[in-house]
Amino acid sequence: MEHIRLPKVENVKLLDRISHRRRRVGTLYLTATHTIFVESEAGVRNETWVLHSLVCSVDKLAATPSGCPLLIHCKNFQVLHFIISKEQECHDIHLSLQRLSQPESYDELYCFAYKPNVDEKERRQEWDFLDLKADYSRMGLPNSLWKLSPVNQHYKVSDTYPADLFVPESATPPVIVGSSKFRSRGRFPALSYYCKDNHAAICRSSQPLSGFSARCLEDEQMLEAILRSNPRSDFMYVVDTRPKLNAIANRAAGKGYENEDNYSNIKFQFVGIENIHVMRNSQQKMLEVCELRSPSMSDFLEGLESSGWMKHIKAVLDAGIFIAKAVAEEGTSVLVHCSDGWDRTSQVCSVACVLLDPYYRTLRGFMVLIEKDWVSFGHRFSHRCKHLVGDPKEVSPIIDQLLECVWQLMEQFPCAFEFNERFLIAIHNHVYSCQFGNFIGNNQRERIELRVHERTHSLWSYLWANRTDYTNPLYRPNHSQTQGLLRASTSPYSFKFWKGLYNRFDHGMHPRQSVEDYLRAIQEETQQLEEQLTSHTQVGQGYPSKFPRPSQILHLANTPQDYTGGFITGSPCQPKGPDSILLPKSTNQISDASFSNGSDQESGIADLSCRSPLSEDSTRDPDSDEAAYSAA
Amino acid sequence: MSAEIMEFAELIKTPRVDGVVLHRPFMPTVEGTLCLTGHHLILSSRQDNTEELWLLHSNIDSIEKRFVGSLGHITVKCKDLRMIQLEITGMEECLNIASSIEALSTLDSVSLMYPFFYRPMFEVIEDGWNSFLPQNAFKDLESMTDEWRLSEVNKDFSLCPSYPPLVAVPKDVDDETLKKVATFRHGGRFPVLSYYHKKNGMVMMRAGQPLTGTNGRRCKEDEKLINATLRPGKRGYIIDTRAINVAQQAKARGGGFELEANYPQWRRIHKAIERYNVLQESLIKLVEACNDQSHSMDRWLSKLEASNWQTNVKEILTTACLAAQCIDREGASVLVHGTEGTDSTLQVTSLAQIILDPGCRTIKGFQSLVEREWLQAGHPFQQRCAQSAFSNSKPRYEAPVFLLFLDCVWQILRQFPCSFEFNESFLVLLFEHAYASQFGTFLGNSAAERARLCLPEKTVSLWSWVNRPQELERLTNPLYEPNSLVIWPSVAPQSLLLWEGVFLRWNRSSKCLDEAYEEMVHIIEYNKELQTKVNSLRRQLAQLETEDPLLHTP
Repeated sequence: MEHIRLPKVENVKLLDRISHRRRRVGTLYLTATHTIFVESEAGVRNETWVLHSLVCSVDKLAATPSGCPLLIHCKNFQVLHFIISKEQECHDIHLSLQRLSQPESYDELYCFAYKPNVDEKERRQEWDFLDLKADYSRMGLPNSLWKLSPVNQHYKVSDTYPADLFVPESATPPVIVGSSKFRSRGRFPALSYYCKDNHAAICRSSQPLSGFSARCLEDEQMLEAILRSNPRSDFMYVVDTRPKLNAIANRAAGKGYENEDNYSNIKFQFVGIENIHVMRNSQQKMLEVCELRSPSMSDFLEGLESSGWMKHIKAVLDAGIFIAKAVAEEGTSVLVHCSDGWDRTSQVCSVACVLLDPYYRTLRGFMVLIEKDWVSFGHRFSHRCKHLVGDPKEVSPIIDQLLECVWQLMEQFPCAFEFNERFLIAIHNHVYSCQFGNFIGNNQRERIELRVHERTHSLWSYLWANRTDYTNPLYRPNHSQTQGLLRASTSPYSFKFWKGLYNRFDHGMHPRQSVEDYLRAIQEETQQLEEQLTSHTQVGQGYPSKFPRPSQILHLANTPQDYTGGFITGSPCQPKGPDSILLPKSTNQISDASFSNGSDQESGIADLSCRSPLSEDSTRDPDSDEAAYSAA
Repeated sequence: MSAEIMEFAELIKTPRVDGVVLHRPFMPTVEGTLCLTGHHLILSSRQDNTEELWLLHSNIDSIEKRFVGSLGHITVKCKDLRMIQLEITGMEECLNIASSIEALSTLDSVSLMYPFFYRPMFEVIEDGWNSFLPQNAFKDLESMTDEWRLSEVNKDFSLCPSYPPLVAVPKDVDDETLKKVATFRHGGRFPVLSYYHKKNGMVMMRAGQPLTGTNGRRCKEDEKLINATLRPGKRGYIIDTRAINVAQQAKARGGGFELEANYPQWRRIHKAIERYNVLQESLIKLVEACNDQSHSMDRWLSKLEASNWQTNVKEILTTACLAAQCIDREGASVLVHGTEGTDSTLQVTSLAQIILDPGCRTIKGFQSLVEREWLQAGHPFQQRCAQSAFSNSKPRYEAPVFLLFLDCVWQILRQFPCSFEFNESFLVLLFEHAYASQFGTFLGNSAAERARLCLPEKTVSLWSWVNRPQELERLTNPLYEPNSLVIWPSVAPQSLLLWEGVFLRWNRSSKCLDEAYEEMVHIIEYNKELQTKVNSLRRQLAQLETEDPLLHTP
């Protein structure tokens, strides 16, 4: 509370991102956890809540005659443009928000203050919802080829690895420890995925400390042990996910990559995914393109191309496909690494798992996958997502890219996933929101020190409880698309721009009718009909009115966009001098400033929800922090 | 007829070749006998379970041949953007086949086209040639307003060769006036009614450009005609589909635009929709980008951008939205024209109707729209669709004007997936038939040409075939829920997608997307089935209750 210099400012304007002429006037409140804007127009109760931990940057722009603009960029890609009439007030809000959105210690994070109305027993159960050991036993482990190793108990061998790890049966503790000393941060090769049908496995590690010529017998033995754990195969792939040049450069620092001559029967392969800095800059550029106010098609496509974002997504998917094919089609095991083995390696292992195993395409399976390859294997969530104030060079949208790869696959295989786009967006939101404890800290050891399981709530059980919102109506477990390996296309034209995430809050850009919602309503109705048919007596009682008729789902609401480029400046019946109507200058110039009043003439169209990107819809989002109402 | 068959015979140097290998997208390679007939390229194999290839020569856009030793490879590139490969042993056979295909696919004479030879193998339930007569459409208009009349001034096509015999014009404007106006508008295309907005009585008209020339010629009758559509004290909008500088340049060639001094009640807006020859370039570049094998994301995005196809979609859709906005939101009447009034004008007027009028979003309504705003309105289909994206010859009048319209409709359909009675397949079907068809609907360039060719008597209408239950079922959108509102699409670049169903149709398998569609149909049909069951049980119960008073609950 001590950071709030000004808890309330009246007469604040919130501008529409696309058309600044559309604006709402209201009161801005700062609370310990949220910025809240309440529209004060008569008869409208429209609130916009923004969690401080979702705020990415706050910028105070130069004052204008109408007031002082304050621009808030959020990590979930919401952009809020306020105009605060008094400069001093804007200054105070700016400073307060800057401090509030950049916590200096973990204890300040929202998850430690978030107390929904759940008793302690239930809260503990939330953390039992997912069990990684159950996933390994689903894979058929331990077995005669792979064993659970106690070597990293108390995080003695690698402090960024989980305590429980599966290693080849033949890998002895001295081999593991020796190998870990030859790998960055001690991240020795460990199992990520095992295919029980053909014994092929995906293992992961960090880069070897090979420099120009160093060798390590134990590391070579470790790889040999992995190869031996796949009895039907006489070689294995080692996939270095970095571009070759980056890997070579690392050799000068005593790191590097495996020399094929030193390891028996490995095939070494670079796949060329760029590093976290390239990805951060690329996303930044891509977001700038998304934020253009009325871009031409060329502006958009050129900007998208020069951001390189789609190229990077393709690179990650290509790498995942390479590994999935090696496992499924060749029956060959793969060791994957990058530099530290917690960014690109996590991405690529997860993408391969999603392609390989239908289980990871279910709601629960996908949660398990993130828990396994990201949370437990030590993806540095707090650094990458800037949960705390810190080195900006550590920030990078690595998890965003995983979610997008999965979304691209969902577009290609609409029946193969149990979950929908909303599920991915909800995960994205909460990876950044710090509302749940799952992604706090950078590895398992840190989370134990923070006592996350004792003090916070788990996202997974929250998502599970709301799973009807996140279910794909086209999914059927017995559908042919659901089975086996997904053979995805990575032709450039197979990739789409994910406006659902990056323009998430620009409601006007999205389809105005949701096929998915419509189908879900139909399915709910079908279920009721089935129930009625099984219990004869109810037939006479008419439809229960619990659910809306599917046709009522189709909100149709919409108002024109700015198609005019500023032509229609008033009702045409208003008299105007003939020459003022047709100045060539104003007849073919696009200018936002002169947007018409046309958009405000709602003239009887039922729903106004598309009027602004911050309609009341945003507070109804299933993944918005509605629960926070009760917490605050 | 026999003379014509003789003519075909001369063109077919080798009527059949055995042992030809056929490669086509998403189908197994087939070996069989290749036959050339007057209108088809046929490949059939003796193996069971293989689908024969029947390809209309008129669907062939271009062919390429090359030889590896004596094995000839012919690549056939179709107007529907499909590519197939034929492997023919023997250089002479291959050369003969190639030159025959080339000759048969570039026949100039309309009367030699397949529709004149095609005999339907289905029962015509409703003759499509009579489905959308202008007098019937006018009856609907008469029920809404008495301010318009049907004029027969163009009965013999003499006033305007590209207009139909009947056009709707303001009631107070007589035929003599129309004759004068026709001399002042490009191609004689005087302003006629395109759409009447029932909600507020506003109208959309279309015309050719006014022939003002460099010295600012005016025509009082023209002014009178369009002013007759304005309510007292109201202003209207003229949407010129050309950029202002293009419109200025048109003056030097006798064309021009409405000067504000002469049309004080009208506000002119210029929008830049590209002319047809530029659109053809755009299509060629887009299709080339889609067939690029390089696998490079940068290359794809830059070629997609350079093709300008999506830019064209955005411009056309934006202009249509603007026209609709003027009518529905500003409560103003609108006149749309470009240069000739047969291309961009029709894109705008027809799309505006899709946005404004729920009737146009039904299957029949959309057919009626295509009939009124494209066929009757004189879009020169024969010229525009003579060649598609693979043509080697220099384009003359070819342009994907109608394809762009369909693409824009698809964009709106994507944004309002439950508001259209038809599905994407219907749009793809119209694209295919506009370029090559067994039906006569898209032959000729105007109503006058169609009358001269006696198409209704000599050919079958596409609508006769479409409007049969089995076809309608395939083309019906299972998600359709009638929606009486105006639908405003988003024209943000993020909202406009590449129309995969046309441009990537032959590049990537649509199996998974088709399965998703089937799944959707299944979900909806199962629901309907259960509803029927529940309703019939409910009726039975009600009947039992009336028969047996004991069942009544107290």
